[in-house]
Amino acid sequence: MAAVKTPRQKVANQLAIAAVIVIAIIFLAPIYWIGSTAFKPRALATTVPPTVLFQPEVTPFVKLFTRRVQLNRPVEPEAYEAAPWWEKRIYDGGERVLRVGEDVQLSGYPDRFLNSLIIAVTSTLLAVSMGTLTAYGFSRFRVAGEQDWLFFILSTRMLPPVVVAIPMFLMYRVVGMTDTHIGLIILYTAFNLSFSVWLMKGFIDEIPKEYEEAALVDGYTRMQAFFKIVLPEAATGIAATAVFCFITAWNEYAFALMLTNRDAQTAPPFIPAQVGSGLTDWTTIAAGTFLFLLPVAIFTFLLRNHLLRGMSFGAIRK
Amino acid sequence: MTHIELRGVQKFFGDVQVIKDMNLVIEDNEFIVMLGPSGCGKTTTLRAVAGLETIDEGDILIDGKVVQHLKAADRDIAFVFQSFSLYPHMTVYENIAFPLRATRQSKAEVDRAVRRVADVLRIAPLLSRRPSALSGGDMQRVAIGRALVRSPKALLMDEPIGALDAKLREEMRTEIKRLHMKQGSTTVYVTHDQVEAMALADRIVIMNEGVLQQVGTPDDVYTHPANLFVAQFVGSPVMNVAEAHVAEAASDARVVMPGAAEGFVFPRTLLGRLEAGGAKGDGLALGIRPEGVLVERERREGYLPVEAHIIEPLGSHDIIDLKVGTQMLRARTKAGFVPRPGEKVWVRIDPAQAHFFDAESGRSFGVRL
Repeated sequence: MAAVKTPRQKVANQLAIAAVIVIAIIFLAPIYWIGSTAFKPRALATTVPPTVLFQPEVTPFVKLFTRRVQLNRPVEPEAYEAAPWWEKRIYDGGERVLRVGEDVQLSGYPDRFLNSLIIAVTSTLLAVSMGTLTAYGFSRFRVAGEQDWLFFILSTRMLPPVVVAIPMFLMYRVVGMTDTHIGLIILYTAFNLSFSVWLMKGFIDEIPKEYEEAALVDGYTRMQAFFKIVLPEAATGIAATAVFCFITAWNEYAFALMLTNRDAQTAPPFIPAQVGSGLTDWTTIAAGTFLFLLPVAIFTFLLRNHLLRGMSFGAIRK
Repeated sequence: MTHIELRGVQKFFGDVQVIKDMNLVIEDNEFIVMLGPSGCGKTTTLRAVAGLETIDEGDILIDGKVVQHLKAADRDIAFVFQSFSLYPHMTVYENIAFPLRATRQSKAEVDRAVRRVADVLRIAPLLSRRPSALSGGDMQRVAIGRALVRSPKALLMDEPIGALDAKLREEMRTEIKRLHMKQGSTTVYVTHDQVEAMALADRIVIMNEGVLQQVGTPDDVYTHPANLFVAQFVGSPVMNVAEAHVAEAASDARVVMPGAAEGFVFPRTLLGRLEAGGAKGDGLALGIRPEGVLVERERREGYLPVEAHIIEPLGSHDIIDLKVGTQMLRARTKAGFVPRPGEKVWVRIDPAQAHFFDAESGRSFGVRL
């Protein structure tokens, strides 16, 4: 590109920057809304027009993590004075924290969050590792009916998943996998596998097979060549695939709602269930949602360098 | 001591036979160049020797041992790829050390071997770099270094300098030759560039369409091509091949090209030699390299008058197209010898440099005068 820009280019540049800003605002606004609501006093959460400036507080998070009941009579002053700061906030809201003896009763959120992590991470690991091996096989060996197999793998994504919801539910009930971690892990792995195979095949096809052949001639086994040469070369693709698989598994709502209710329930079906009776407590929901956004954000941030290359796969000629 | 032998090797890709009954013996320390146009099966043959390709029939022997069932890793052979295939995620040092890491040598031994090879190839200052920071020639040196570092039984190279630009190619050619003279390992080198083949080879193996055409020293394949394919593939500019017939004259023989008023003068012994070689009267092709077409500006005894058609000045010499009868012969002359096209010149064919082929099968009649 020329170092000196013509006025026309300058204008075009500025227009592009303006467009990027507008798009960024459009995309970031909901996230800001959730984030700000998570720190708002309950009364300010639903004001019209929205409150932008307010004193942030963590009460929604306290509510999110504790099990509470409505006060049926005013709290006694001694009890209020003896309570820690966060419990006072609950009293202030006309509720009290449930305790068994001295122990605070936690809400279901931490468990659901942990379930989400276990299920999303495990299914991502499985989908990416199986996908990478399958893609390697398709990429490097002559497989009988290769095109048909690949089409079959792709075709598993052609139905909207909800179409198979009821058969899936019945099957899971028969084999006793409803509300189990393993059940959702298998389901999400199956969802992601076809995607992972296709994406990884693209990446592995781009790795010259001479790399492995050189290793094979130099005294390495096919397995060693795969781990020492192909995997490091495919790191970018693996990172990109992992992010996509993780996001899919992390955000999945419909099947989690249908197939789990307690032990293995993930966060997405749990959060809206907190809408609760009486007035909807949007601040608590926002707090739950806000925390739920963090793992994906962190995971994506950690892999950002790989992603930038991964997103443009096929677009860069080496 | 490494001795490689191919016995009746056949290879199919689906219905296409890419290697047809290949028999070849490669001696210890020999530099063999496999030469042929792309798709002739030379690379497949090389890969079969390395163990990167299976064969359908025949035997491959290394030092007398049948190896076609052995994995590439167990053949103790090194391979240099056209694409260099240096691992981008490793430094030059690690790339060269990579083959040694498979052999459980001590760190000190690996280090010594890497540095020795780096010195030989003059890439010691580059050891800590990544391949992406190297020039094409240096990448190639590293690739050769990686191949040489564990002192393999044989070194196989698949168009190792084909991806470099012309000047660098020449430089690396010399370097490979120097290296071979210094290290002296059995080498099989695949190329489609006949200049490279002539310059490097102890013996050249010429292939076409999966069939071995001729094996011989560079001089041998140049001066005694076994058939028309070899004759036209080796040498630049390409050997002239012209339809011709031989006529008997009073004291000599004449080789007449169609449409020409007179024939070129050949010794009478030609007739007997042709017959001994199995030639019948017609279907004869005359092959003559441009340097075998002798051109004079003035009339001389035994020379035919022709017209210079096109002149290609190449600096050190000119290539001139001469119209003889209905066909063209290209001649090589001193630079500026014929000043301009259209000029009348006198030409003769040097019988000692003439070849006679069966126009149909392409086989040489083996006539030497």
